[in-house]
Amino acid sequence: MSDTLSQPESTTTTTSADGVTGVDIELIGVTKKYPGQRRAAVEPLDLHIPSGEIVILIGPSGCGKTTTLKMINRLIEPTGGTIMIGGQDARRRNENELRRGIGYVIQGGSLFPHLTVGQNIGVVPGLLGWNKSRTAERVDDLLELVGLDPARYRDRFPRELSGGQQQRVGVARGLAADPPVILMDEPFGAVDPITRQRLQDELLSIQDELRKTIVCVTHDIDEAVKLGDRILLLSEGGHVEQYDTPENILAAPANDFVADFVGAGSSLKQLTLTRVSEIELGSHTTAAIGEPTDAVLTRARAAGDDCVIVLDERRRPRGWPWLRELRNSSTIVDPDDDDLATVDRRATLNDALDSMLTDSHGAVIVTGRRDEYQGVVDFTAVTEHMTAAAAQAAAEVDAADSNPSAEADTDDQPDQAAI
Amino acid sequence: MAVTEQTRPQIPTRTPATASTKRTRPPIGLLGIPIFVAVVIVLWLIWRLTADLDSTELVTMNWSALGSALVQHIKLTVVGTVLVMIIAVPLGVLLTRPGFRRLSGPVLAFANGGQAAPSIGLLVLAAMWLGFGFWTAILALGVYAILPVLRNTIVGLDGVDRNLVEAGRGMGMSALTALLRIEIPLAVPVILAGIRTALVLMVGTASLAVFINAGGLGIYITTGVSLFRPGVLVTGGVMISSLALLIDWVGRVLEYVVRPKGLR
Repeated sequence: MSDTLSQPESTTTTTSADGVTGVDIELIGVTKKYPGQRRAAVEPLDLHIPSGEIVILIGPSGCGKTTTLKMINRLIEPTGGTIMIGGQDARRRNENELRRGIGYVIQGGSLFPHLTVGQNIGVVPGLLGWNKSRTAERVDDLLELVGLDPARYRDRFPRELSGGQQQRVGVARGLAADPPVILMDEPFGAVDPITRQRLQDELLSIQDELRKTIVCVTHDIDEAVKLGDRILLLSEGGHVEQYDTPENILAAPANDFVADFVGAGSSLKQLTLTRVSEIELGSHTTAAIGEPTDAVLTRARAAGDDCVIVLDERRRPRGWPWLRELRNSSTIVDPDDDDLATVDRRATLNDALDSMLTDSHGAVIVTGRRDEYQGVVDFTAVTEHMTAAAAQAAAEVDAADSNPSAEADTDDQPDQAAI
Repeated sequence: MAVTEQTRPQIPTRTPATASTKRTRPPIGLLGIPIFVAVVIVLWLIWRLTADLDSTELVTMNWSALGSALVQHIKLTVVGTVLVMIIAVPLGVLLTRPGFRRLSGPVLAFANGGQAAPSIGLLVLAAMWLGFGFWTAILALGVYAILPVLRNTIVGLDGVDRNLVEAGRGMGMSALTALLRIEIPLAVPVILAGIRTALVLMVGTASLAVFINAGGLGIYITTGVSLFRPGVLVTGGVMISSLALLIDWVGRVLEYVVRPKGLR
């Protein structure tokens, strides 16, 4: 996750570098108004979706997020405006050909019940006129990609699969013809929370590999924060409230609407976004096994620590005894503490905090490669990081506000004028 | 009516893990009906071969007369049903397309009227207009039996999950491809149930074709009644009801065989 989250800015202008296979999507003044309705379902909407990113559309029901999504593949025809996909005007193209080049993944998979798993995945290749062997090969590749054994599942019917498996096949079907753009409409809405989490992780690892442009509708802010490189928060009528990275939306909501929608606990959500490796580790007195106790005690007192971390010959933490426990022997013995809590430097701050709460030291040991000791994280470090992040996000949002050409904000002014 | 019966037949799934827990016996209805009909026919044959028949009965119930009446009856039923299918299924498809949907009310009302009108009245009116004979009988039977097929086609197509159709369109299927590859296959069980109902209606109503000189097993009913020959009357009754049961059975077997595998 840290990979996808840490590089949104760098890929916005390049389409071919870094193995990105997606293309840009540009919505310019796109509107949708249904006959007989006074308010437009989607007010003029300008949006730039950079290639290779996951952009999440989120908002309360009736905010036009699904309408916006379906206007991209023209399942709903926009009333006005232009949609450019990879530099081509979507409305100038034949709608069926356009859609064959855009993956479409729907809630619950929406598999065709009378077709086998393989036939379901092979629908779009079939429409594109691929021959049988090429399609069959592709079907097997995709089943492997989504973690289903081709030999076992290829010839099954959808009702013989669990909900999570159906959803996996749905994702595979969306990827079938290797489209640069994939649209997802509440893709994981119909599965249980544990399966959903696993599917989200799998989607992220697939995305790490493929780097498609993914536009995804959800109503679950946690899913949005987890999956999104950017989140577009809409209110009724397709009005853009904020379009930014999850970090900035959580740390610096643009207005009360966003703050309300993100809800309480946005700081807790943010903890899952930050890796331990991203914050500065505190140093702590360490001791090697076999070292004279007196020297260690002197060192610890000088540093103001009342406990030391004992490391073995390969610098792996073995225990975290208090100074009074050390006085019993003249040299440091191996404490061999099985319950010693450590976190990997790739763990999230959420994991680190979890360990701290159950540990008497009010901190947790961070390890790196091959469990080597790296430092400690304590409560103060976490809170300092959160404060700094909030301040930085606020500064970024302020800068964007004062600069009308910043992409996150381009659609804000005309919208407010329209109301 | 027939629409609700279509969920009954089951076969074991191909999933090894669940195969043992699912029902493995064939649906009882599929075996019971032909056995029952066979028993009835055998009983009738025993009676026909051993009874002391008078000359009138021997003339009306000789084997070749029985055979040709049976063939005529089946012809009326099958030709009528095929024509109804050819008209009602495409019409039903058309009436579920956007743009024609608002016509479905009036058309269904007409079809309802066809079924509500007494079939004997329809038959006689058609004969007064077009003259006696086979094709006039077919027309009247067709008007009578069009409703179940038309209605089930519409109900079946409307019953297809819109999300699936939209999924198909969203993946780049044209409206026609989505119709042929998603909507119709998924509606097949319901449409077939309608056709089976039409077949059974046809078998019964074809007995009336004898009034406009179109033949069929109805001759045994009219003869039996007008000449007070209970044996002839019962022969007609046994023949027609056995045929109806057998045709219904064939319809069920067809439904079972044609239903898409993933839906069984």
